Amino acid sequence: MPADVFADVQPVPGVAKPDPVLVVDGVNRHFGGLVAVDIDHLEVQRGTITGLIGPNGAGKTTLFNLLTGFDTPNGGTWSFSGNDLVGLPAYRVARLGMVRTFQLTKALMKLTVMDNMKLGATGQSGEKVFGALLPWRWREKEKEIEARAEVLLERFTLAHMRDELAGTLSGGQRKLLELARALMVEPTLIMLDEPMAGVNPALTESLLVHIKALRDEGMSVVFIEHDMDVIMDISDWILVMAEGKLIAEGGPADVAANPAVIDAYLGEHHGEAATPENEVVESEGEDGDG
Amino acid sequence: MDFDIVRSFVDAMRSAFGTSAVLFALAGVGLNVMFGYTGLLNFGHVGSLLVGGYGTAITVNLGGPLWLGILIGITAAVLLGLLYGLPTVRLREDYLAIVTIAAAEILRLLTRSSALEPLTQGVFGIQKFADNFYDLNPFPRGSYGVWRITWDANTLWAIVVGWLLVALCVWLVWMLTRAPWGRVLKAIREDEDAARSLGKNVFGYKLQSLAIGGAIGALAGVFFAVQSQSVNPDSFQPIFTFLAYAVVILGGPGRALGPVVGSILFWFLLSFTEAVLRQAVSAGFIPDWLLTAQEVAAVRWILVGLGLMLLITFRPQGLLGSREETLIDAR
Ligand SMILES: Nc1ncnc2c1ncn2[C@@H]1O[C@H](COP(=O)(O)OP(=O)(O)OP(=O)(O)O)[C@@H](O)[C@H]1O
Ligand SMILES: [Mg+2]
Repeated sequence: MPADVFADVQPVPGVAKPDPVLVVDGVNRHFGGLVAVDIDHLEVQRGTITGLIGPNGAGKTTLFNLLTGFDTPNGGTWSFSGNDLVGLPAYRVARLGMVRTFQLTKALMKLTVMDNMKLGATGQSGEKVFGALLPWRWREKEKEIEARAEVLLERFTLAHMRDELAGTLSGGQRKLLELARALMVEPTLIMLDEPMAGVNPALTESLLVHIKALRDEGMSVVFIEHDMDVIMDISDWILVMAEGKLIAEGGPADVAANPAVIDAYLGEHHGEAATPENEVVESEGEDGDG
Repeated sequence: MDFDIVRSFVDAMRSAFGTSAVLFALAGVGLNVMFGYTGLLNFGHVGSLLVGGYGTAITVNLGGPLWLGILIGITAAVLLGLLYGLPTVRLREDYLAIVTIAAAEILRLLTRSSALEPLTQGVFGIQKFADNFYDLNPFPRGSYGVWRITWDANTLWAIVVGWLLVALCVWLVWMLTRAPWGRVLKAIREDEDAARSLGKNVFGYKLQSLAIGGAIGALAGVFFAVQSQSVNPDSFQPIFTFLAYAVVILGGPGRALGPVVGSILFWFLLSFTEAVLRQAVSAGFIPDWLLTAQEVAAVRWILVGLGLMLLITFRPQGLLGSREETLIDAR
């Protein structure tokens, strides 16, 4: 647990980190009159698990879309591992090693589970149009990719489904497949949008163990989650968004004790008896906001 | 005239393996790359055929060799495919349908226009530019075929070359689509954002798909032009694209052999219904107040249309498609 990297970091919004993998400056996005995202400054520490929380509609998913090239901000700059990402198309962002998953699962239903996995692999010459015509050159690589996919499928308890169409998987299994597939890209920063939504509790537990293992191998993880128990358990650092702004950040203990955070959740309920924990109960089991 | 079902069958078989079937098989194989594998709604496919056919005819007419004309036609179709792809950078896929159908119509109207008449010879079109092709015909004069299903030497030569081209293109598409390249296309067909998130250059793949599909379409246009020794604007109506879609859907989109099976079946059914109806009318089995000989041509289209609707209802995956895949509801 690299918690001590945060020893000298003050829990105030926009604070600098010792070794940031992701740096965001002034990124904002308007939809008509609505300001969905408006971030002054935000840094994500390399090699840690960073939780991103906030009430529904806070702009978490929109921020993911902006940072990964799936949406274009009205202004601002951001960089990943020293690479300026402004204006970069989504596929180039992914190739740099910053890979995201989706709140509404995007398993490719008409492809088999194994083909979904293989699609994630990089450096397959057979994906080029002329390379495709030289099977003896891509077959070796294909075997290598398949072996890597097997290991991941095993870990995500999907190995028995490898030859089924992904459309036959349950909602929770699709979430797992999407995460496993993203790992095939061999990212250095993985951005997960509610990866546990709809996954059963036992499996959530093993997923958490797995995500921690990824961190211990040196990967940086940012993930959006509504389940406070999960967030508090797994996060080294937590970012809190509300109404498009970064309103708080800090270690789990700092955030839990921060009145601004409780206000943000309460404000949404107009003074009803709601706590962040109640928020959790409501959103559990929902598979996205479709 | 007596009612002779065997003769109807012979007519239908001649059509099922004849030049029209070759033309639609080739056009369908190209369309299948774009629509079947990549999910691109190109409704201007006939534009590639036009460019292929006219490229050949104009080049020869200006004194160039036939092979150069074919090369120019195919190159032009590749460029047209890339042009079709430009709007897909920003626009949703339904816009591609509108843009392409308009582009193909513009091309057709241009070939009719008086401004281009020196090149295209306007509404009359260009004829007799493929003698060199028939000079190569190895078959001596005569009639060839199996049983009563026969063709003259020149038609046979065109058909043989045509089906060889079809085989070559099917092989190419099969090689490409069973490779990881094809996997990416299928991913794009289903959810291009998923493909993007995994580092795939979706726009690049769409362009490649449109270029390859367009090149095969151009080959269909070349075949049509050379075989009939004629091109004119009215051969390249939008309806052609829709019939090519029917052929692809009939055979099973996203299957390498689908358009070939689709085309053969399509032309068999179309000719068989016509031949049977025509004979039934002239033999008096169908009374005059119900159907006259002049109406047969229209009625066969209605029947084939009905057949296609039944197919889509009861076998949405087409003849060769996978039932499993169609049962999956992709949102
Ligand atoms: N394409 C869009 N057009 C218009 N408004 C949008 C669009 N996308 C998002 N919004 C709005 O932006 C705000 C932020 O949405 P976003 O999906 O980012 O919230 P979120 O924090 O991910 O919420 P949740 O926890 O429910 O997933 C919402 O008010 C939403 O309605
Ligand atoms: Mg969201």
